[in-house]
Amino acid sequence: MNPKKLTTTLTHFALVTLSCLFLFPFLWLLDTAVKPISETMRQPPVWIPSKFEFGNFWEAVNYGSDKVGYIPFLVYAQNTLMLAILVVTGTVVSNAIVAYSFARVRWWGRDIVFAVTLATMMVPFPVMMVPTFTIFKHLNWIGTYRPLWVPAWFGSAFSIFLLRQFFKTIPFELSEAAKIDGAGEWTIFRSIILPLSKPALSVVALFSFMGTWNDFLGPLIYLLRQETFTLSLGLEFYHSKAGGTEWNLLMAATSIVILPVLVVFFFCQKQFIKGISITGIK
Amino acid sequence: MMRRKEARAGFLFALPWLFGLLAFMFYPLLMSLYYSFCDYSALRSPVWIGTDNYAELFHDEVFWTCVKNTLFYACFSLPLGMAMAIGLAMLLNTNVKGMTVYRTIFFIPSLVPMVSLAMLWLWILNGDYGVLNNALATFGIKGPNWLSDIAWTKPALILMSVWGVGNSMLIYLASLQDVPTSLLEASELDGASAWQKTRNVTLPMISPVIQFNMVMGIIGSLQVFAIPFVMFPAGIPARSTYFYAMYLYDNAFVYSRMGYASAMGWILFIVILLLTLIALKLSNKHVHYGGV
Repeated sequence: MNPKKLTTTLTHFALVTLSCLFLFPFLWLLDTAVKPISETMRQPPVWIPSKFEFGNFWEAVNYGSDKVGYIPFLVYAQNTLMLAILVVTGTVVSNAIVAYSFARVRWWGRDIVFAVTLATMMVPFPVMMVPTFTIFKHLNWIGTYRPLWVPAWFGSAFSIFLLRQFFKTIPFELSEAAKIDGAGEWTIFRSIILPLSKPALSVVALFSFMGTWNDFLGPLIYLLRQETFTLSLGLEFYHSKAGGTEWNLLMAATSIVILPVLVVFFFCQKQFIKGISITGIK
Repeated sequence: MMRRKEARAGFLFALPWLFGLLAFMFYPLLMSLYYSFCDYSALRSPVWIGTDNYAELFHDEVFWTCVKNTLFYACFSLPLGMAMAIGLAMLLNTNVKGMTVYRTIFFIPSLVPMVSLAMLWLWILNGDYGVLNNALATFGIKGPNWLSDIAWTKPALILMSVWGVGNSMLIYLASLQDVPTSLLEASELDGASAWQKTRNVTLPMISPVIQFNMVMGIIGSLQVFAIPFVMFPAGIPARSTYFYAMYLYDNAFVYSRMGYASAMGWILFIVILLLTLIALKLSNKHVHYGGV
């Protein structure tokens, strides 16, 4: 074997081994999710269930609807989805407008404000947790969804940065030409920049969808009543701290929570990877 | 006149963010500084007490436990995670067949909601029925009690964090693909070995991205919250997994000591600023801004 071929073989070997290590937890998740409860806790572990219990997914979604420990999974899913729609819409609309201003309009102090904007990405959230909570308490918003979605309509540093980088790549001649024809900034933004920026806008939408779907701390702080919880909070109810967790149902519920994120990723892989790559390049 | 009109439009467009910046960034930042010098609970308005909170923190045993835990976690998960991310990106950058499939596989863990991850790992690391220890047993290794042995709870979390490096891996991969092949070919002609090429060409070329990821990694790992919060409520066993952000959260919303929590927040903020500056300073002489 020549050295070049050896390197290729070794690379493949390393990639396959690592892939197995990375995938294994997910395979085990799915494996557990379709097992009968009696086989989840057997020693040594049962690798292939004697019977594939696809009913587990159904049972997890309607968990205990006849008992005291009812977990309204579908209500949580609905809450999460509604919240995600509000956040994604707000994020895309507000950040597009703001990023346009930073990328393509000249105004006094713009670059200083932008530098400050970038710097705020370093501020850890815990330092602002208490005062932010206090603001929403004074507004009487605790226990509602508003603390979770209203701020999204006022822009976020990360999305502004991402969109600004993209808007800057659109040729400025297009704007100049439109200006000579008498178009104002709003018209240029609506009819030239936005239509050309669909890829970047979808990246921002994707990130904010993922962020909302995955958010744990926000709902933990602001939501009080169980029926308003999101999936992140609701999932915990399947895990009993006193023992006796029905692991197959917990894993089934977990798979369902993961699923939408994976589906979104597979359909938008290209934009996704592009978006993440942009964040690393200054 | 034109310029004036343009400036007004620009300002109007930026207005939502200017408001957001003031209301959800500067105001909370200043207020938390003020609260950190106050006795403030959810039921009472803040009362100025000077530096009492900071003094109390200094003598708070739990606080120091959390500091130690968090530093321990950061010191291991950050370098291990960076090594893993760079290693994976380099493997993916070798033009092997099926690159996109491998890339997806390595990326998936960082997509998954934190709480789902926590649940999944509770099951995998379970002391009695955990599949990881069973798998280790087939190799004749007796796995530790990941969830209840205080020597192994932090390593368990570090292991999990290394598994979730997909995001930074993608950033490295993108920058690796920007390294000019001409440079690599030139060094090959000069007889450089694979290691020499990596050491002297590739790593210097991607050094700005390594620095970026390092800074983001410091900021992120010092704030670790959701996964330990779900897996190890209140840092069980024996506070071995009680991290800084968890104690801060508990002070604010469980013990209702909001001033105390704000003082913790400001200490965290200053530590992050200092560490970032030190990291930038130390790494700057190794960072090479080339043609990329």
